[in-house]
Amino acid sequence: MSRDSLNIMIGGEAGQGLVTIGQVLSKCLIKSGYHILVTQDYMSRVRGGHNTFTIRAAARELDSPTEGVDLLVALNQETLDLHGKELNSGAVVVAGQDLTCAGARCLGVPYKELAEGRHVNTIALGVTAGLLGLDQELVADTLTTALGKKKDDKVVAANREGLAASFDWLAKQEADCGVLPKPQEAPPRMMLGGNQAIALGALAAGLKFLAFYPMTPSTSIALTIIAHADELGVVYEQAEDEIAAINMALGASYAGAPALVCTSGGGYALMTEGLSLAGMTETPIVIAIAMRPGPATGLPTRTEQGDLLFALHGGHGEFPRAILAPGDVKQCFEAGYRALHLAEKYQGPVFILTDQFLADSLRALEPFGLEGREAVRPGGQGKEGADYRRYEITPDGISPRRLPGMGPELVVADSDEHTQQGHITEDLELRVRMQHKRMLKEKGLKAETIPPSFAGPEEPETLLVSWGSSQGPVAAAARRLRDEGQSVGTCHFSQVWPLDPEQFAPRMARAGSVVVIEGNATGQFAGLLKKEAGIIAQRFIGRFDGLNLTPEYILRQLAN
Amino acid sequence: MVKIEDYGEIETAWCPGCGNFGIRNALIRALVDKGLAPQDILLVSGIGQAAKTPHYIPCNAFNGLHGRGLPAATGAALAHPGLKVILTSGDGCNYGEGGNHFLGGLRRNVDLTMLVHDNQIYGLTKGQASPTSLEGMHTKAQPHGVHLVPFNPVAVAVSLHVGFVARGFAGELEHLAGLIAQALEHKGLALVDILQPCVSFNKLNTYEWYKQRVRKLEKGEHDPTDWEAAIKLSYEFGDSIPLGVIYENQRASFQEFFPVLKDGPLAGQGTDYGKLKGILESYA
Repeated sequence: MSRDSLNIMIGGEAGQGLVTIGQVLSKCLIKSGYHILVTQDYMSRVRGGHNTFTIRAAARELDSPTEGVDLLVALNQETLDLHGKELNSGAVVVAGQDLTCAGARCLGVPYKELAEGRHVNTIALGVTAGLLGLDQELVADTLTTALGKKKDDKVVAANREGLAASFDWLAKQEADCGVLPKPQEAPPRMMLGGNQAIALGALAAGLKFLAFYPMTPSTSIALTIIAHADELGVVYEQAEDEIAAINMALGASYAGAPALVCTSGGGYALMTEGLSLAGMTETPIVIAIAMRPGPATGLPTRTEQGDLLFALHGGHGEFPRAILAPGDVKQCFEAGYRALHLAEKYQGPVFILTDQFLADSLRALEPFGLEGREAVRPGGQGKEGADYRRYEITPDGISPRRLPGMGPELVVADSDEHTQQGHITEDLELRVRMQHKRMLKEKGLKAETIPPSFAGPEEPETLLVSWGSSQGPVAAAARRLRDEGQSVGTCHFSQVWPLDPEQFAPRMARAGSVVVIEGNATGQFAGLLKKEAGIIAQRFIGRFDGLNLTPEYILRQLAN
Repeated sequence: MVKIEDYGEIETAWCPGCGNFGIRNALIRALVDKGLAPQDILLVSGIGQAAKTPHYIPCNAFNGLHGRGLPAATGAALAHPGLKVILTSGDGCNYGEGGNHFLGGLRRNVDLTMLVHDNQIYGLTKGQASPTSLEGMHTKAQPHGVHLVPFNPVAVAVSLHVGFVARGFAGELEHLAGLIAQALEHKGLALVDILQPCVSFNKLNTYEWYKQRVRKLEKGEHDPTDWEAAIKLSYEFGDSIPLGVIYENQRASFQEFFPVLKDGPLAGQGTDYGKLKGILESYA
């Protein structure tokens, strides 16, 4: 049987090595020319519990996960009990001989016999890779690289033997989980998740300073930056808390290092004081928030788009900001790059809003071009010299930015309301002029806002509106509806603040009805559309059970 | 040559007789002594009357948030290793609101100088207890007397093996200037806890009170490299309060762990796109 795409789910306890199997399989699929889209579901614990790593693979580009499983790799009974009902027709289960997979086409693997003291997950990998028709050598090499080992290592030899044994065993079985069409010749692709892409984009923009306090699901942004910090000359620190992290980053940025902090909602809550400081001192800073369900500690390892309004309104007082909301991994890279440039140009906070789904979603990507990219160059704006004024009032609100200790200028930054020289003032007339100057920057930011992308008919009966990581599932749902002959368009926002209604309001008005789809309970973006553009959505579809949006979920809701 | 006049006179919002004047003058004297011009230094502070010091000395300045002076100073010092970064803020700022940063900062050991204007009271909010207020001190907010054990910053710093720990007194200008000059020389975090009378609100720890108790450590009296002796000395705070260098060691500063900082400020370093290309290729 041939399939357009395959959904491969690996399930088991944390600590059983399912992520290793998943990552190696994903990489092998990419190296064989396939596209992938990974969804990871894990519990907030180090060992045990129930976790899944799901790879959707296809010869064509994928923009969305899908429900239903074609190949289930069960490392324990719980996986079968929980996901047995999600199997598509013709699905195959790879499980140990000792497990019960009632009703399913089950390939009972004699793990003990094949493993002979080697890792069971190597055998599971071998059997699964064999089923997918992947090249044995490719799998062995990829596993070796993933283990960070040299080819002559004993562990490597053991794993190679394990893989060979599992491929041999499989050859004697009758099993077929559906064959994917052969991919066309394609340029080599990278395997990247959203958080990794944000980090690499920021590095491409000349990031020089990172401070963070670990918080799922944002930590991999920091870890990616740190992995390359020595090579690219980035200074980093795991701060004592998020308050310290953002204040350190602001100190570094003031002194000329393009800076980023990353966190999730709870950590951002602590950062809001420093965010306000960035607004008042007009210090560039990029804040990457990987959202998870709240309030408070919420569901620490699951996904949600619940912090949009918090990003928008966080921090006391009024000051301009920009909020980027990448829709896929490629946009994550662009957001990382763009955020640093915007922060420097407008001298203030710029947000990147992502979420656990996108953060952990590995995809196949063609390499990012670096041609024409430029690193942020802090401190080069406007007037210099001894009569330098850090907060000079200018027509566009952007004051000359110089760096301390780099020239004759004395650079004075102040959290109090201040004079043009940066000193504390209680001159209330000046206060009004200063606040006006700062808010003027919103105009510039608005002029640079990324317009939303529309797809489908110009005047659809139904327009599905999304932002951030919901892009793919919404696009896939719309395609299925169009295939059924319905008139459905989509509109996706990869920047959610500032909003420029001229970019989208007229076209939205031509739709029969507007449906806003987002990963929260209250329709935060729908509310923003109403407030900023007077667009009243006829319907709002929200998901807030901790799982990512899927086309099937959207279609079920639309049908209700 | 840097001269005292380079640092001029600026009108302040401090009360007449405030201990902050002594600290400012001692700091300027130390800067001149070390040949540091306004362009070479960065004063960082949080919030409070002491935290206004950067506005009263011509220099680069980052006047941040209450309690957050140390993290901001840390970031600036890491971004620009050539800048002489001096944190100048009060006891509430550094030991109260910024308590976690104080502990983190002591352990981190970034090369910067930390001057704490320690007046044992909250002056700007008009007279509540501070982390270093002595037990039993009465204020409007603590009408039955402070019942918290006073924070001992010197003992905490010594216990964490901070490379330079000293106590000065705003009423001993020359001695204090000497301590600050030594602190500026130290590679790594240098803490100078400065006893500073608040003439408006602290009616207990007055100039007179301090003068009866402070004593400058005599030459040869105490070996600051002897950690156990330093710990013992750090607990001497009552009828006799020792002034001087309490503890000294030569631990590597945090900056030394980053080879990139040997090449100067991060701002001038650009991005190596060749290396980045190689990194991107490693994801294939």
